[in-house]
Amino acid sequence: MRLVLLTAFGLLTAPFLGGLIVGLDRILTARLQSRIGPPLFQPFYDLGKLWRKERALANPWQAFCAHGYLAAASIALALFGLQSDLLLILFVQAVGALFLVIGAFSSGSPYSQVGAHRELLQILAYEPLLLLVPAGIYLETHSFKIIDLYQWNEPLLLRLPLLFLVLPLVLTIKLRKSPFDLSASHQAHQELVRGILTDFSGPYLGLIELAHFFEIILFLGICSLFWATGWVGMIAVPGAVFIFQILADTASARMNWRWMWAWAWGIGFPLCLINLIWIVCGY
Amino acid sequence: MVIRDMGFFHSFFLKSRIKSPWLLHYDCGSCNGCDIEILACLTPVYDLERFGIINVGNPKHADIFLVTGTVNPRNRKVLLNLYRQIPAPRIVVALGSCALSGGIFREAYNVIGGVDQVIPVDIYVPGCPPRPESIIDGVLMALKQWAPQNKPLPGQDNPG
Repeated sequence: MRLVLLTAFGLLTAPFLGGLIVGLDRILTARLQSRIGPPLFQPFYDLGKLWRKERALANPWQAFCAHGYLAAASIALALFGLQSDLLLILFVQAVGALFLVIGAFSSGSPYSQVGAHRELLQILAYEPLLLLVPAGIYLETHSFKIIDLYQWNEPLLLRLPLLFLVLPLVLTIKLRKSPFDLSASHQAHQELVRGILTDFSGPYLGLIELAHFFEIILFLGICSLFWATGWVGMIAVPGAVFIFQILADTASARMNWRWMWAWAWGIGFPLCLINLIWIVCGY
Repeated sequence: MVIRDMGFFHSFFLKSRIKSPWLLHYDCGSCNGCDIEILACLTPVYDLERFGIINVGNPKHADIFLVTGTVNPRNRKVLLNLYRQIPAPRIVVALGSCALSGGIFREAYNVIGGVDQVIPVDIYVPGCPPRPESIIDGVLMALKQWAPQNKPLPGQDNPG
């Protein structure tokens, strides 16, 4: 019962926390570029404004898909709060990612189509890596359940360091940060307008932003599992990943999809496999 | 959309409208002088993002429509099309002499005149080209048009 209440509280606070993280991200990015940057609450202002814009849809599927994406993202976070099965959480969030792709495919705009294709390539790049993370955790703790992970009295990071190194890579692709912001870059006006988000507008774009906040919290939460023995580690580990993301985002240009695959499958996969083999062999 | 609820949410939505304007820039055939000055506004020196302003390339995400250059019968259709694709409420800012009145090209056979011959313009920013300071001033004045609560929202009429 306590867990359910905590989850409900977490679901209510997650959008605020996610928005603050995005706001902090924008300020830090601006400071790294020697700009001042927007106020901390800028993501909420953006949401508020989008909510009161005209409801313009290319077709009804877009509304359905935007709601579906938000539902999947919030259900995945709720399952995380209930300390449920890690595999289930990852599959639910994958459903959300697909909703977004379907929504973008449903409109005829070529930019939306290109964005959706690229998003599929991104999903194909990070999803196998993301599924190897619970596999490694299972080999170590013999459980997919987060509730059992919290009982484990040794930080997983010490046993799964290479698997953890893959997480920032996955996160960069998943959250569409440079160098892997192929499908919906803020900067690529000339090339793909806004990619996968091109045809979503007004409140529906707001819903997608909101779902994005949920996803940020979910993925930082998954990072925190790697040092779940104390509060310091649970905050420090995702914090470090977050800072790394901002640095990478600011310092790098956008790569093409071949590079993304070379990184994800050429570097990410071997790292995962080495770590898994090492656990199986019992070192 | 009619604003129904009052109190905190009402003021939050009004405030967020002013604090999060996304810009769409369309060049109707300017000499690029104005366009370069707009890009200068985004650099660390002027940093438009301080005001929450993002330069978007997509009319469906835009709130403020910055138009530079002279309108002619060819790009008139594009201008109108972009204007219609911006969801209401929207604000149009005409930037530079050419967008205001046709500028030195006013007498040319193919020049229609100012942007306001085609779409309703809310703010005029003069200059050839306008300085980044006056562009920022113009955009912020456009935002003040959004502040009054009982006025009908701009951009809800539909031209042509």
